[in-house]
Amino acid sequence: MSGFVSLHEVSHAYGVAGGPPAVESLTLSVNRGEFAAVVGPSGCGKSTLMKLATGLQFPYHGTVMVAGQHVTKPVKIAGMAFQAPTLLPWRTTLENLLLPLEIVEPYRSQMRRKKAEYVARAEALLASVGLGGQGDKFPWQLSGGMQMRASLCRALIHEPQLLMLDEPFGALDAFTREELWGVIRDLHAASGITVVLVTHDLREAVFLADRVFVMSARPGRVIEERVVGLPRPRDLEVTFTSEFQDIVHELRGYIVRARQ
Amino acid sequence: MSDALAVRLAPWLYTLALLVIWEIVVVVFQIPEFFLPPPTSVARAIYEYWPAIYRNSLVTLWSTLVGFLLAVAFGLALGLLVGWSRSIYAGLYPLMIGFNAIPKVAVVPILVLWFGIGFMPAMLTAFLISFFPIVVNVATGLATIEPELEDVLKALGASKLDIMRKVGIPRSLPYFFGSLKVAITLAFVGTVVSESVASNNGIGNLMLQAQAQFVVPLIFAGLVALAVEGIVMYWLMAVLERRMTGWAHRSGFAQA
Ligand SMILES: Nc1ncnc2c1ncn2[C@@H]1O[C@H](COP(=O)(O)OP(=O)(O)OP(=O)(O)O)[C@@H](O)[C@H]1O
Ligand SMILES: [Mg+2]
Repeated sequence: MSGFVSLHEVSHAYGVAGGPPAVESLTLSVNRGEFAAVVGPSGCGKSTLMKLATGLQFPYHGTVMVAGQHVTKPVKIAGMAFQAPTLLPWRTTLENLLLPLEIVEPYRSQMRRKKAEYVARAEALLASVGLGGQGDKFPWQLSGGMQMRASLCRALIHEPQLLMLDEPFGALDAFTREELWGVIRDLHAASGITVVLVTHDLREAVFLADRVFVMSARPGRVIEERVVGLPRPRDLEVTFTSEFQDIVHELRGYIVRARQ
Repeated sequence: MSDALAVRLAPWLYTLALLVIWEIVVVVFQIPEFFLPPPTSVARAIYEYWPAIYRNSLVTLWSTLVGFLLAVAFGLALGLLVGWSRSIYAGLYPLMIGFNAIPKVAVVPILVLWFGIGFMPAMLTAFLISFFPIVVNVATGLATIEPELEDVLKALGASKLDIMRKVGIPRSLPYFFGSLKVAITLAFVGTVVSESVASNNGIGNLMLQAQAQFVVPLIFAGLVALAVEGIVMYWLMAVLERRMTGWAHRSGFAQA
């Protein structure tokens, strides 16, 4: 089994074992540095897949490996962001960004000594997503899109090797969403980080990903795997090409069939 | 009159209006003083018995504050413990509910049996009556952490203690400070209940004696003293709440 993130024949049920599984015989492998997208019907186990891959849940069957290691506890090399920004309202945006550094080693023990360096890093990260100078605002003083950007920054501040995004743009309007596609695309291109993105938006999946995995209805497993060969760097214009739209249509076909 | 000024003056005007109506009702309906004394005779009683009222108010305040502070320390600790572990929660919750359901006046005789009359039973009754809302509120704050947020932190390798320190405790602070307002008011109830059964001091005792000697305006003077102490302490707690957890009051809802 190779791949940076790999799940092999994984089955998982919430609650008591023997209950209806959320995912069953799920096999999937994502290479280092790759941008993978996961699409599928609602409730098919996409979020479950994320939790399995980050060691927040453990399967009753099958193996989960990340960076060549069996996942037996929460993996520490991952950053996560969800549909809700989940920023802490009592911390400023900047302090929210510093939160992972207060937890992850080696930053944690160097927090006091290198505070200034970390603050500079957080500010640079904020600037890179277009939030320069907004660090001292509280999250609730930011718009939804700005909060999402901050949430992305928080997922990236400890320089994780793996970025897990679970419908991060689901709650945003179409324009903000496309803007943030560009942000994610640039982050991925600049850092070579491995990304797993769960989304309902097929255009989003095709625009961003190197490979799209399609999952079946519950219990979820991967039923299709589509390589997106569109050259990088991709511009938003690419979404209007027929090549792009063919892939979107093909994926739509898989999902329609998966729902039946 | 500007809106802001109206809001500032409103509490005083309403209080004044209540007193005036009370006075008028007593005069118009010729209600005898031993039944319902008018505010003016209550005021006279306050003036006349001021040394006694002052001394006993301080006694009541002291018992209440000590009991309340004990409840804060104990309630906070127990709330964190209950919020920390599901099994502790499951084990303690029915006990606490049952305990809370016991009328505290029924506990006073036991306390007297153990500690004698006076400060101890009053302070302990204040403590017993006021710790429950603190425990429940702290535990609620901890129990309602967003699961996504917990996942974000766990995926970073955060320990349970980390999650508690970084999220759980700050998050339950608004609940905690909110509960203090309820708790301080209850603490006064506890003290006075105990004082009127088992003490030679305090406002509770003062009112009992006034009743025995049929000095009705003094009974009401005792009530006024309690009300003033209650309002001042409540107000202090509200200020403290605002100071400590301003971020939780960001919606304009309460101000509107
Ligand atoms: N904490 C939980 N306890 C019990 N069952 C759960 C839990 N989380 C998810 N499930 C169940 O597992 C199945 C898969 O859930 P999951 O959240 O992974 O779906 P999803 O693909 O992310 O759905 P969506 O696209 O709507 O976000 C669902 O049927 C759900 O009912
Ligand atoms: Mg989901």
